Amino acid sequence: MSIVINQVSKSFGPVRALNRVSVTLEEGKIYGLLGRNGAGKSTLLNVLTDRIFPEEGSVTVDGEPVRDNDRALSKMYLMSEKNCYPESMRVKEAFRWTKEFYPDFDQEFAWNLAAAFELNTNAKVNKLSTGYSSIFKLTVALSVNTPYVLLDEPVLGLDANHRDLFYRTLLSRYTQRPFTVVISTHLIEEVASLIEDVVVIHKGEVLRQGSCQDLLSQGYTVTGPKGLVEEYLKGKNVLGVDALGGLESAYVLGEPDRSSLPQGLELSGLDLQKLFILMTGK
Amino acid sequence: MELDFNSEKTIFQQIADWLEDSILSGAFPEESQIPSTTEFSVLYKINPATALKGINLLVDEGVVYKKRGVGMFVAAGAVEKLRAKRKESFYDHFVASMVAEAKRLGMNREEVTALIHRGFAQEQKEETL
Repeated sequence: MSIVINQVSKSFGPVRALNRVSVTLEEGKIYGLLGRNGAGKSTLLNVLTDRIFPEEGSVTVDGEPVRDNDRALSKMYLMSEKNCYPESMRVKEAFRWTKEFYPDFDQEFAWNLAAAFELNTNAKVNKLSTGYSSIFKLTVALSVNTPYVLLDEPVLGLDANHRDLFYRTLLSRYTQRPFTVVISTHLIEEVASLIEDVVVIHKGEVLRQGSCQDLLSQGYTVTGPKGLVEEYLKGKNVLGVDALGGLESAYVLGEPDRSSLPQGLELSGLDLQKLFILMTGK
Repeated sequence: MELDFNSEKTIFQQIADWLEDSILSGAFPEESQIPSTTEFSVLYKINPATALKGINLLVDEGVVYKKRGVGMFVAAGAVEKLRAKRKESFYDHFVASMVAEAKRLGMNREEVTALIHRGFAQEQKEETL
């Protein structure tokens, strides 16, 4: 059971938004879809859910092509900036309608979650503030019970308390009944410990995909006095360097040699956000 | 427990260490239940696979065992096992680095020994309070 994206390309006029993108999203995993603004994250999610059509390549869900395929599409729920409900529909009516399209939608859970978020269920969907518009869509996404839930910038406009509630609810739902979650975001620090696998896209191409742990274990950080760090870095594969006065932190690919580490230098891990910035900097 | 996401130590290792500390301190006595992966996951906002990996380190050591459908429990004899393991690594973790630091500071054997005596005396004083 998986979503397989095979060699997908999509252009908007002269802009190549996706270029031969191949990604596999396995059953029951939490993915981070990471990319800078305009990298192609939303385009990819829209292609996945048949909202826009690629020029080349294919998308299959559990072996079936998604193109005009209601059964395949009903297995995925995409939460995105776009509002798919009629203009004047109220939140509570939207909950009832969602049940029509997604039979496993848990209305009781949605109502409880709406209460926890203090979402006004009498409000019209298109009149909600940015934060509450996200909350409304997240409430649906966390209640919909599809095998694949795709979240495009899920915490847009949410305050710290609401983000916390969202992440905790997501994990508690996930541990009760694992489903595939794709979190597309540029807030990497917040999701770094949540995600199991990462897909990094840059300028419409997949730079990296795989286990978050593996990615981070491919390098390390070494910190110390400038001269010592520079001496240490000779002959090593250096990703980047940050300096603070006479102190330097260097991000290095490879395994650190602990036995030959000069006194005064300290080793630490790489963090996902730093690595992402170094990978997608140019 | 505070998880340090920038530490060189992986998150699952930090969870395993914290569980070990808690078992050694008696916070989780033998045959008592430890928190579930779900509890770790939701509380610390970490992927449940990470929490499971941490707990499984203790399962592999025979310190924690699984009761099907109930949860994870501290094994009988866990404290003894952990003590033995920690004693074995005591030299590498504490003594070797202490001696190295003492050398850097130009301290001799007598000074360090005196400090160790002081440490034990202080500990005793706190216990009698």
